Amino acid sequence: MTALVSLLSRVGLWGRGVVVAIPYLWLLLFFLVPFLIVFGISFAESIIAQPPYSSLVEWQVDPDADTSKLQILLNITNYFRLAGDDLYILAYLNSVKIALVTTLLCLLVGYPMAYAIAKADPARRGPLMMLVILPFWTSFLIRIYAWIGILKGNGVISNLLEWAGITSGPVEILYSDWAVYIGMTYCYLPFMVLPLYSTLEKMDPTLLEAAADLGSRPFKSFLSITLPLSLPGIVAGSLLVFIPAVGEFVTPELLGGPDTLMIGRVLWNEFFSNRDWPVASAVAIALLLVLVVPIMIFQHIQGKQAEAGK
Amino acid sequence: MKRIGFLSWALWFGYAFLYVPIVLLIVYSFNDSRLVTVWAGFSTKWYAELLHNDTLLDAALLSFRVAAVSATLAVMLGTCAGLALSRFGRFRGRTLFGGMITAPLVMPEVITGLSLLLLFVAMEQWVGWPDGRGVTTITLAHTTFTMSYVAVVVQSRLAGMDGSLEEAAMDLGARPAKVFFVITLPLIAPALVAGWLLAFTLSLDDVVVASFVSGPGSTTLPMVIFSSVKFGISPQINALATLMVLVVATGIFVASIVMARQERQRKRDEQMAIQNG
Repeated sequence: MTALVSLLSRVGLWGRGVVVAIPYLWLLLFFLVPFLIVFGISFAESIIAQPPYSSLVEWQVDPDADTSKLQILLNITNYFRLAGDDLYILAYLNSVKIALVTTLLCLLVGYPMAYAIAKADPARRGPLMMLVILPFWTSFLIRIYAWIGILKGNGVISNLLEWAGITSGPVEILYSDWAVYIGMTYCYLPFMVLPLYSTLEKMDPTLLEAAADLGSRPFKSFLSITLPLSLPGIVAGSLLVFIPAVGEFVTPELLGGPDTLMIGRVLWNEFFSNRDWPVASAVAIALLLVLVVPIMIFQHIQGKQAEAGK
Repeated sequence: MKRIGFLSWALWFGYAFLYVPIVLLIVYSFNDSRLVTVWAGFSTKWYAELLHNDTLLDAALLSFRVAAVSATLAVMLGTCAGLALSRFGRFRGRTLFGGMITAPLVMPEVITGLSLLLLFVAMEQWVGWPDGRGVTTITLAHTTFTMSYVAVVVQSRLAGMDGSLEEAAMDLGARPAKVFFVITLPLIAPALVAGWLLAFTLSLDDVVVASFVSGPGSTTLPMVIFSSVKFGISPQINALATLMVLVVATGIFVASIVMARQERQRKRDEQMAIQNG
């Protein structure tokens, strides 16, 4: 009997091992290994071949001396090119700027929304949050597309302004940095509202009542109680918006002008237009270096949240 | 009083910001004029044209197939991952595992796309598989980045649920596999449905990763939309968008009603159990 039990528990352990191993191996192969390959190819040379990059490792046979040696060629010119060309540096700085402005705009629009929903009647909170998340389920591409018709010259906003007599001719907002800000804020807003709402909802309302009893004005209570307590939500939401926004490609490509430089666009063009895979890889590695600290903070928060949920 | 006024204004502004563009998109899909911004009377001709656009229909079919397969794979892998993260305590390599689950949630799509393409090219060189790029590579790529979302949804459902039922079953002698299929699985079923729908939508929505890992003859619906949008707006895209919004809205509506009903049933059963016990 005890033998049977121990056998069964061993099967249980073995089963657990399989349950962990399958997604683990999948992620190692399709998530971690690809990064190593990108890192490797960023040191390769662009050549006209299929695939268009030079091999890092070469086996050289010397027929005279009858010896052979393994040669590893690391080519760091790709990184020098990134550091030496203003285009890349400008694109990095501009991406960080656009992502920061987007994060700020999301916070400005999203915080009052999350606060209002958290303060609403408990029965209404679910449907109100549902309304925030619902657009996220419709296509990202379609939502960006919707803004083209609104922002272009002779578009909805332009016609409204003309009709109201504020402007005399068509106004073109499309193909500018502002169009990118609006489009990105629009798309990332639910990611900001969600974590903000979950921290604000958990807040104890008696704290505010106590402050009010002690004579604190509502605005001061907000600054000294609500805002600090919602800081985890602010940080989580900001990272959730900022990190993908830095590498954003679709929005600047469709709404931005030709001078709206973003690193995602540069990477895309290096890869698809110039077919320079090694430089595209170097751009990706440099982008990852910018994002590694924010991503680690995000993972730390995510991990703590999962622990707290238990 | 003034503060409440401000808050509801902010809320209404937020909802208007979120929904006005979608409403305008739908309205102009019924516009007779080719110029999307000038209203020229009601018409459904763009819908009729849509039905005869073979490129678009083929791409849509392909996208649905990829989305269905990758969402199913993602649910299987994501459930295992969610289970491992919330029920198995500490195991070797857990930190790395957790990191690989959460990083794809925020990873810029251009990096994911490029890195997966380079992997597929390298794999083809080394082991000869996958043979070229196409439906298989898109499906594998979509499975990889959507399984993280499923894992997070499943993990949070498991974390919100106490393990006493599972422990009771275990104490009564049920084997782990049986406990999972009889107790855990029905309890996390809503999370699995939500995770599947989320993975399906994300796959159906992706243009960047698919552009990197697709090959000739495997153009997905978002890729077709993206290239036609780059040439300017067309009422046909409006009609397509309206149909997509309609499908998504119906899907969410039905799913939330079913889930609410199940939740009520579960609460009733619990009440009954408490009263009878």
